[in-house]
Amino acid sequence: MADRIAEHPILGVQEKGKIVKFVFDGMQIEGYEGEPIAAALKAADVMVHRYTQKEHKPRGIFCAIGRCTDCVMIVDGVPNVRTCITPLKEGMVVKTQFGVSEKPFDEQ
Amino acid sequence: MKRYDLIIVGAGPSGLSAAIEAAKRGLEVVVFDENEKPGGQLFKQIHKFFGSKEHRAKTRGFVIGKQLLDEAAAAGVLVVLNATVIGLYQDKEVVVKIKESIRHYKADAVVIATGAAENMVTFKGWTLPGVIGAGAAQTLMNLHGVLPGKKVLMLGSGNVGLVVSFQLLQCGCEVVALVDAAPRVGGYGVHAAKVARTGVPFYLSHTIVEAEGDEWVTGVTIAQVDDKFNFIEGTEKHFDVDTICLAVGLSPMSQLLKMAGAKMEDNPKKGGQVPVCDEYGRTSIPGVFVAGDVSGIEEASSAMIEGRMAGVVAAEYLGFIDTESMDTELKEMEKALDGLRQGMFAPKNRGKAIDKTEEGIDISVNLLKRGFVADDEIEKYPGVTHKKGVHPVIECTQNIPCNPCQDACPKKCISIGSNITSLPIVVKDSECINCGMCVASCSGQAIFLVDEDCGDGTATVTLPYEFLPLPKEGEKGIALGRDGNEVCKAEVVSVKSAKAFDKTNLLTMRVPKEYAMKARFFKVSK
Repeated sequence: MADRIAEHPILGVQEKGKIVKFVFDGMQIEGYEGEPIAAALKAADVMVHRYTQKEHKPRGIFCAIGRCTDCVMIVDGVPNVRTCITPLKEGMVVKTQFGVSEKPFDEQ
Repeated sequence: MKRYDLIIVGAGPSGLSAAIEAAKRGLEVVVFDENEKPGGQLFKQIHKFFGSKEHRAKTRGFVIGKQLLDEAAAAGVLVVLNATVIGLYQDKEVVVKIKESIRHYKADAVVIATGAAENMVTFKGWTLPGVIGAGAAQTLMNLHGVLPGKKVLMLGSGNVGLVVSFQLLQCGCEVVALVDAAPRVGGYGVHAAKVARTGVPFYLSHTIVEAEGDEWVTGVTIAQVDDKFNFIEGTEKHFDVDTICLAVGLSPMSQLLKMAGAKMEDNPKKGGQVPVCDEYGRTSIPGVFVAGDVSGIEEASSAMIEGRMAGVVAAEYLGFIDTESMDTELKEMEKALDGLRQGMFAPKNRGKAIDKTEEGIDISVNLLKRGFVADDEIEKYPGVTHKKGVHPVIECTQNIPCNPCQDACPKKCISIGSNITSLPIVVKDSECINCGMCVASCSGQAIFLVDEDCGDGTATVTLPYEFLPLPKEGEKGIALGRDGNEVCKAEVVSVKSAKAFDKTNLLTMRVPKEYAMKARFFKVSK
């Protein structure tokens, strides 16, 4: 979790709560319980959340407030979950979304 | 169907303010907000606000957010979160999506305080991961404690672009450039100056040609544009970055009003599609009111006053207060709002190129083009004076509605007078006691305490410092000028961090005396 702000000059040390484990594309990653899934992924240097249906272009965090839907992923089997406003829970399974599927395009 | 006296959409600064005023007057109020937490964008604002005491000036945005939530709780306001209002129908039927259910509510009056959404611009590669809104950067770093990137290019020199650039620097990111297609810096000069002095270069009349990278951003190319915003060939500049931040304005989120059939207008001065309303937020539909950015883009301080007005007007509409007491209360609020709408950045002056201050002094050309007042321009301003011993140097060069500095000085060394936008002056023959309260009180970080001649060939400069790690006494480094370039060697004399300074540390550095009026930032030598 190298991309966390350890201490902020104005906000100090932020209370983040419990560390939980979750799975991203088969890899185990840690994040803080209740923070947006996208924040935990960003802290783990994950940039690409999905690839678009038609042109297979990568998308990641864009607005971070649940408006643009660029950051949607497959969470616990459900596609199109806005990861920037969905709280992280222990054991979540998060997958890169290809179109609306978890299968890469060449397997679809 | 559950009925409320007043339903408010949006728990940001204006919605909460409206709720507080209405609830205090006996209305049963509910506030719906689509977010997980209330407060709108206030909790992302970590800088000290401008204005005067009545506008909660020199208080940081997130602290104001906490105060508003406390006030709302005390007034008995019910705030329902994770609740997206998806419809506003005839007879004020409000349809709300809460989790997977759709619920219907009936209101006797409605305040729409939905705020605004960020604008975007398109360029080659703009959809790549790593291109983010400035609001997203604020959300990541200030709410979630995650770095938005390591090397960032900011597009947009309005207050959002300037403030977020500074916030990125505060959490340890490198800001490689601040870019704007406009020929002039759009936001407050003091916000620009505090970014420029740390060494961030400004590129006005420039915009992004391309975001580079296959899977995510690895670099960016910008180029100069002519007065018709066409790229000028041969002016391309490349930066290695992992993040491109877009701060290119806001648009009112007025869809609910349009849906409800309120009379709308397209008003570029207000940021786009807005409901037609009177100065207190009454729309064309009786009993439907608006407050905050949804009725015209401004900022949080004015949104809070607009919200309070809407709350009072709604109370009168429903008969909880009489017209006479409403008028009295509105008059006071109007005065406060009017105070904020003065100066060269006032909504009425939007789009106007202002070249002189109210005092008749030329606005710094460098400030508008490069983000800082040049050494040969700074002496023109009334806050910049010279005397023996420690004295304040106030580098406030534009008329903005802000006056905490004049109350901060216990010795009354600084005066703005009754006109809140006047440039501060140093009171003649006043006695500075080097307490630093003015430095910490200035929301624009534009006040320095300078002893131009300590008698041993050196001078001391005290500056506001909001970065980590805090340099230590005796630490050696480099003094940077207003333009962010190195001017001389410097040594830290002291770093003061009093509670009254509210996280603005006062760093005093010693420099050769010829640089007393040039050295304005301290950088640790690597």
